[in-house]
Amino acid sequence: MSDVAAARTDAGYTSAEMMAIAAARLLRNDDVCFVGIGAPSLACNLARLTHAPDITLIYESGTVGARPDVLPLSIGDPELCETARTTVSVPEMFAYWLQGGRISVGFLGGAQLDRFANINSSVIGPYDKPKVRLPGGGGAPEIAALCKQTYVVMAQTRRSFVNRVDFVTSFGFGEGGDHRQRLGIKTAGPTLVITDLCVMRPDPATKELVVSALHPGVTREQVTEHTGWPVRFADPLDETPSPTDAELSTLRDLQRRTAEAHARGVGRGVGPGQTPRAQLEGSDPLARQEPAVIPSERSESRDLHPGSAA
Amino acid sequence: MTEFLSLHDAIAAYVPDGSTVALEGFTHLIPFAAGHEIVRQRKRDLTLVRMTPDLIYDQLIGMGCARKLVFSWGGNPGVGSLHRLRDAVEHAWPRPLEIEEHSHAAMAAAYAAGAAGLPCAILRGYAGSDLVAHNANIRSVECPFTGEKLAAVPAIRPDVGIVHAQRADRAGNVLIEGITGVQKEVVLAARDAIVTVEEIVDDLRAPSPNSTVLPSWTITAIAEAPGGARPSYAHGYYARDNAFYIAWDTISRDRDTFTRWMRDHVLASSSVEAVA
Repeated sequence: MSDVAAARTDAGYTSAEMMAIAAARLLRNDDVCFVGIGAPSLACNLARLTHAPDITLIYESGTVGARPDVLPLSIGDPELCETARTTVSVPEMFAYWLQGGRISVGFLGGAQLDRFANINSSVIGPYDKPKVRLPGGGGAPEIAALCKQTYVVMAQTRRSFVNRVDFVTSFGFGEGGDHRQRLGIKTAGPTLVITDLCVMRPDPATKELVVSALHPGVTREQVTEHTGWPVRFADPLDETPSPTDAELSTLRDLQRRTAEAHARGVGRGVGPGQTPRAQLEGSDPLARQEPAVIPSERSESRDLHPGSAA
Repeated sequence: MTEFLSLHDAIAAYVPDGSTVALEGFTHLIPFAAGHEIVRQRKRDLTLVRMTPDLIYDQLIGMGCARKLVFSWGGNPGVGSLHRLRDAVEHAWPRPLEIEEHSHAAMAAAYAAGAAGLPCAILRGYAGSDLVAHNANIRSVECPFTGEKLAAVPAIRPDVGIVHAQRADRAGNVLIEGITGVQKEVVLAARDAIVTVEEIVDDLRAPSPNSTVLPSWTITAIAEAPGGARPSYAHGYYARDNAFYIAWDTISRDRDTFTRWMRDHVLASSSVEAVA
């Protein structure tokens, strides 16, 4: 075990927790935020439960101003509709609210992100003969283009942070420079990328992602090792402030409530009179509890903090 | 005017082999009972349209009912892959599946265009996305007033649209509450519309003058199917069975386990038993 890892064990939080907390801190009380499921939803609700109690969270199912007590498993859980200020149809959501320019921040994740912050959530390998068929873009292609700015939250690995994505599902800065403007896109695009190791920002001119802050205990070498292009570091390079006790306890309470809520349910999947519960033996629902926007790229806690992650 | 049919008879009458079928419901009110009846009646060569294929299309695809899928996000929400969809796309099992992939914004607009009787939908969409190169139905038009280049996709006009709703009155008017997704649009866009409902009541009890009510003359057939959205949910009736969505990852991962589950829990039951 490295000295770094040992130190983080004492710190008592995981890299995944650091990522959620770092992302949450970026949100403001007056933000109107288009929220994706998984890491984005965790960060947005953590912000709401800590420093941004009045933040407006919008889920693409049509729920405007949702205040869920537990994190939704899906984008349209009952919890969202029941706590929302209003629920609109899906065509209205995308036409009036997103395309209409009402959203200040869009939160995105994906399977792959490249050095110009383009996102792939469609396929690994060729489109017509994919090695892995991923779920696809959903709302993301237009979220990426139509929110005033977007934040990307993704666990960082060499496999997921690549020089060039296999497929551009959601356009970031394309090939860099003024590519967005040349396509007629008027919004700022991905202004921040928050990983479990660091924070990246686009270079003002080239739009290549540059590391602007390291999370506590993370080294430049670790970031380089987990990035699929020769990543550059800002000078001066910031350090992300460590999580506070209040942030950690709020985050963990939320995740505990969520795990308990998602384990509830009859688990039978068909209408009355059916009891296939026995069929489900051997499956382990809680083992699949972590937010997973992308199946092959689960954001598992990194082994920087082995003691606390156990 | 709408007719009241058993679920079996509604599917038998309005979902012929080879037709284009849209079962909608955005996470909420997914018409599982109707999908299961399509499986039981061994429908073939369907073009399935749905923004989020969800477990119900995973089941239809895995059972070989589909020739083509039109969709915009094909995962198990919050859980991971739809393994039967992946197996069909990656390995052509149990048969090849043609896909037409869109974004949510475009599909939602395409349903609205279908309801509005327009030939296409126009949106500020797909900017810089590689989806454009892989879907011949994503094109562009120039705004005649400003010259802005906008994305265009054909309107969705399914042969039959199927949705689940909370209740119908005895005249055949239907109330939908909660997350309404694109349900109203698909009913108005489709040539024939089938609505399954939790219950048929004397008084619809629409809570507001602005409630989403589909008048009877917009619906072809109504079938009573209590619990018909499980493991999805019906606002005001039952909750989403998140535990089953998580368990589906294991059930569907393996071809044999999947086939056995479908045989035991869908093929072995009849639509009459399922509503008993």
